[in-house]
Amino acid sequence: MTFALADLPIEALAEDAWLLRFGDTIDTAVNDRVHAAAARLQANLGGVECVPAYASLLLRFDVAQWLGDDGRFSAERLRAAIAAAWDAGSSTGKTPREVSIPVCYGGDAGADLHEVAAHAGMSADEVVRRHVAALYRVAMLGFAPGFPYLLGLDHALAVPRRSHPRIRVPAGSVAIGGQQTGIYPQALPGGWHLIGRTPVCLFDLAAASPSLLQPGDHVRFRAIDEREYERLAASAGL
Amino acid sequence: MSIEVIKPGLLTSLQDAGRRGYAQLGLGRAGAVDEPSMQLANALVGNAGDEAVLEITLAGPTLRFQQDAVVALTGGLIEGRVEGQALPAWTSCFLPAGSVLRLGGMRHGCRSYLAVRGGFDCTPVLGSRSTDLHAGVGPLQGKAVQAGDMLAIGEHAAAPWFQSTQGMQALRWGLDPQPWLDYERAPLALLRGHHADALDEASQRALFSQRFMLSKDSNRTGCRLDGAPLQLRQSLELISEATLPGTLQLPPSGQPILLLAEAPVTGGYPRIGQLAAVDLPRLAQRRPGDTVSFRETTLDEALQRLGEREAALRRLLQRIEQRLESA
Repeated sequence: MTFALADLPIEALAEDAWLLRFGDTIDTAVNDRVHAAAARLQANLGGVECVPAYASLLLRFDVAQWLGDDGRFSAERLRAAIAAAWDAGSSTGKTPREVSIPVCYGGDAGADLHEVAAHAGMSADEVVRRHVAALYRVAMLGFAPGFPYLLGLDHALAVPRRSHPRIRVPAGSVAIGGQQTGIYPQALPGGWHLIGRTPVCLFDLAAASPSLLQPGDHVRFRAIDEREYERLAASAGL
Repeated sequence: MSIEVIKPGLLTSLQDAGRRGYAQLGLGRAGAVDEPSMQLANALVGNAGDEAVLEITLAGPTLRFQQDAVVALTGGLIEGRVEGQALPAWTSCFLPAGSVLRLGGMRHGCRSYLAVRGGFDCTPVLGSRSTDLHAGVGPLQGKAVQAGDMLAIGEHAAAPWFQSTQGMQALRWGLDPQPWLDYERAPLALLRGHHADALDEASQRALFSQRFMLSKDSNRTGCRLDGAPLQLRQSLELISEATLPGTLQLPPSGQPILLLAEAPVTGGYPRIGQLAAVDLPRLAQRRPGDTVSFRETTLDEALQRLGEREAALRRLLQRIEQRLESA
C-alpha cells in the first residue's frame, strides 16, 4: 500500500474543499487505499476534515487557516502540509476494527428474503449462510447519518434495487441493493431488498461517538432468532 | 421564561453556524443558509456570531415574549409588527415582556434571521444548535418550530444601549441591507464542475446563458432549477462521491439541483458546477418562482471575492460592536 501522493489527481471542488481520487470503481482494493489515506492524513493534518467515499477522499478545510504571506489562500501551503502529513503517516493501513452485528433474518423483519433467494436461485437458508459468511468493509457512511455502505457481498447475492422503493423501511433493516449490503439506522424511504433486522442501534445522538460504525471498519453479521432479537431489543431499550 | 410560538410561519427553524466534523458519519453541517445575515443579526443584539437564531422562510411566525428581550431581524425583508407598531429590520430593538411579535410575508428575499440577545438557549446536539430537518438532528428533536413550542432565551446582561424598558424601542441607526441582501440579481458565479465537459455543446452554452427558475420543490437541501433540460453527450456511470453546499448536480431529468446547507454528504449525479461560496447567501435569498443565471468564474476569483467579503463582514461586525458599546 505504498503510493506517492503526487500521483493522485487532486481536484479543487470548492474554495474550502479538495478531492483526492483513487479510482473510479466500487472496489475493495481501491476503497482500502482511501481508508489508509484517510487514517494517514487524519492523524497528521490538524483542522482538516477527511471524508472517505468509495474511491475518493474529501478534504474540507478552513480557508483562513491556510493563508500565505500576502494574506491570501495559499494552495501551496496546504499542498505541502498534506504531503508532510502523508510522509509522517505509516505506509501500512492500521488493522480495521471488526464489529459483529446480530441479525434476525427472514420473517416480517426480512420481507424480501425469499425474493432475493429466488433471484439468486438458492434457498433462503443458503442466502443467510452466505450473508453471514462474508467479511464486510464500511466503504463509507451516507444517505442518512450512520448508514453504512458495505462492500464484500457474495456476488451470488447481488440483486437489482426494487422497482418500487418503500416509503418507509423500519430502523435496523438489513438490506441488499445491487452489489452492496447496508443497514438502515432509522426509519427511512428505501429501495433495497430487506433480508433481516438488527436490534442494535446504529446512530445514537446522545453517545459520545454517535455512529456504531466508522468508515473503514470491518463488519460481520451473526444470525439470531426472534427470541434473541426481542431480548437484545429489550436490553437496548428499543 | 421564554418565547412562546403562537404560529410557526411557513418554515421556521433554529440555526447557527452549523455542525462540523460529522460528514464522515453521513451527517452534514446544516446551519443558516445565509450565514452573513445570521452573524449580523447576532451582532446587532450583542451576541457572539454563532449563537442560534431563527431562520424564517417566506412567511414569518407569531411569537409571544414572556420576558423583556432585545431582538434583531436581518436577511430577507419581512413585515414585522408588535401591537400594530412596525418593527424595524436590520437594527436592534427592545421588546418588553408580553409583546406579541407578528412576522408576516416577506417583501424581498426568501429567508430572514431573528436573533435574540442571549441567544436561543437549547442543548447543542453534536456540538451545534442547528436543525438538520432532513436528517432530523438538532434542537426540537430535529424539527422545524411548531405552534406551542417554548423557546428559551440564554442568560445575558441587559443591553446598555436601551436605557428605558417602557414599550418597544429601536436604535436610531441600523444597517443598510445592501450589499448583504441582493437587490441587483446579477448572475451568480459558478465554477465549472468535474462533469461540465460531459454536457453536450448546447447544454454547456445553456448552463452559462439560460435563465433557470427556482422550482417550488426547493428547500434547505437544495434549489431545483427548472429550464430547458441540460443533456449529457452520453450517460455517465458514476459512483458516489462527496457533495457540498453549492454543488450543482444534474439528475437524469436534466433539471439541475443546486445544493444548500443540508446538502447530502455524498451523491452519485454528475457534478456540473460549484457555486462560488460568496454567492451562496445570494442564492439563499431567491425564492421559488425567481430566476437565476450563472456566469463562469475561476477558483482564484472566487477565493478573492470570498476574502473581500469576509474582511468586509469582520469590519462591519467590529463597527456594530463599537457603536453598541458607545451608545
